[in-house]
Amino acid sequence: MSETSQQHRARAEWPLWEVFVRSRRGLSHTHVGSVHAPDAALALRNARDLYTRRSEGVSLWVVPADRITASSPDEKDPFFEPAADKAYRHPTFYEVPEGVRNL
Amino acid sequence: MTTVLPERGPGGDVGGGVGADEAALQAAFDAAISADERIEPRDWMPDGYRATLIRQIAQHAHSEIIGMQPEANWITRAPSLRRKAILMAKVQDEAGHGLYLYSAAETLGVSRDELLDKLHSGRQKYSSIFNYPTLTWADVGAIGWLVDGAAITNQVPLCRCSYGPYARAMVRVCKEESFHQRQGYELLLALSRGTPAQHAMAQDAVDRWWWPSLMMFGPPDAESAHSAQSMAWKIKRHGNDELRQRFVDICVPQAEALGLTLPDPDLRWNEERGSYDFGEIDWSEFQQVLKGNGPCNEQRISQRRRAHEEGAWVREAAAAYARKRAAAPSNEDGRR
Repeated sequence: MSETSQQHRARAEWPLWEVFVRSRRGLSHTHVGSVHAPDAALALRNARDLYTRRSEGVSLWVVPADRITASSPDEKDPFFEPAADKAYRHPTFYEVPEGVRNL
Repeated sequence: MTTVLPERGPGGDVGGGVGADEAALQAAFDAAISADERIEPRDWMPDGYRATLIRQIAQHAHSEIIGMQPEANWITRAPSLRRKAILMAKVQDEAGHGLYLYSAAETLGVSRDELLDKLHSGRQKYSSIFNYPTLTWADVGAIGWLVDGAAITNQVPLCRCSYGPYARAMVRVCKEESFHQRQGYELLLALSRGTPAQHAMAQDAVDRWWWPSLMMFGPPDAESAHSAQSMAWKIKRHGNDELRQRFVDICVPQAEALGLTLPDPDLRWNEERGSYDFGEIDWSEFQQVLKGNGPCNEQRISQRRRAHEEGAWVREAAAAYARKRAAAPSNEDGRR
């Protein structure tokens, strides 16, 4: 039984990794896509070959896709609602008298 | 290409008879489409939209990796080291394009293995153009100029496709395709300006690839099974005929600059339309190749299957190695 399940696991698809690239110093890593790989080291190599063939990056992150927790689109409105009614968080909310500068 | 998988697969629990909810979801989807917003992987989408995208993106991905074969055929016989290095980079790019697209398709809830299975068993198709053989070195040039040129004409509007991951993949692909087209054009130009035999070889390649390239845009809009719905969903932005005309108009002056002719006696400038008129396309040939009776259908698929099967032990060994290392974390820690 263990033999069969092992064989099955061997044939199962390599796990999926999400790939993030820092395109140049001073910028954040940005999501660019995904690769399949059996482990982190190979995921990095595959990501390099796939997403940086033309010097598109100076640094790479790979993250197992199943380790990412995302907000659900179903909750979208209520989840992000607290931000919507707080216009006073933006500088444009405030009135400044005519002629006042550097504020 | 966000690959966080949707929580509901195709035909998942959304359609479970909650009529009012579904109508609201459909309305939100329609509003996003008409406002030209992008649909992202975890958004609700109609089953038909999902199925259409899976079919189209998969077919596109398959075309990229099957498309490696006709050109790879010439890598060992490239006439110079410069041409060989260019061709290897191009074929590697085609593999890359296939992977960007499989990655985009997977965001819709299909697995990579499932897609490859469907390619290998003929349940999903790839572009008919790759069922033609590359008989001479000039064919490498004709593919770059005409086949990749037609692909670019098709793909540039797809960068604005309503499905985010597909549109983003297309942006990457289009950036890389322009190198492909230029290297092909340059290759043909060198042959065209070479010896009379080289010039004839270039002309012969263009004669064979011209009509199949025009067929790449698909059947006329009136007969195209999926066009209207895809346009409504903003997956497609232009009709097949419009894109085909655009391609012809681009190619005619390029052929003149090459010193080569296009094999169509009916090709002439139409002042009134501001476009070139061109001859009837032989759609019966297209249908034959589509049905599997092209010159190379059998060869392409069997080579693809063989490569997959012969690579199985590598995939299994790498997976076994990864499992072994994961099971012995103490060794691992020592090295970190």
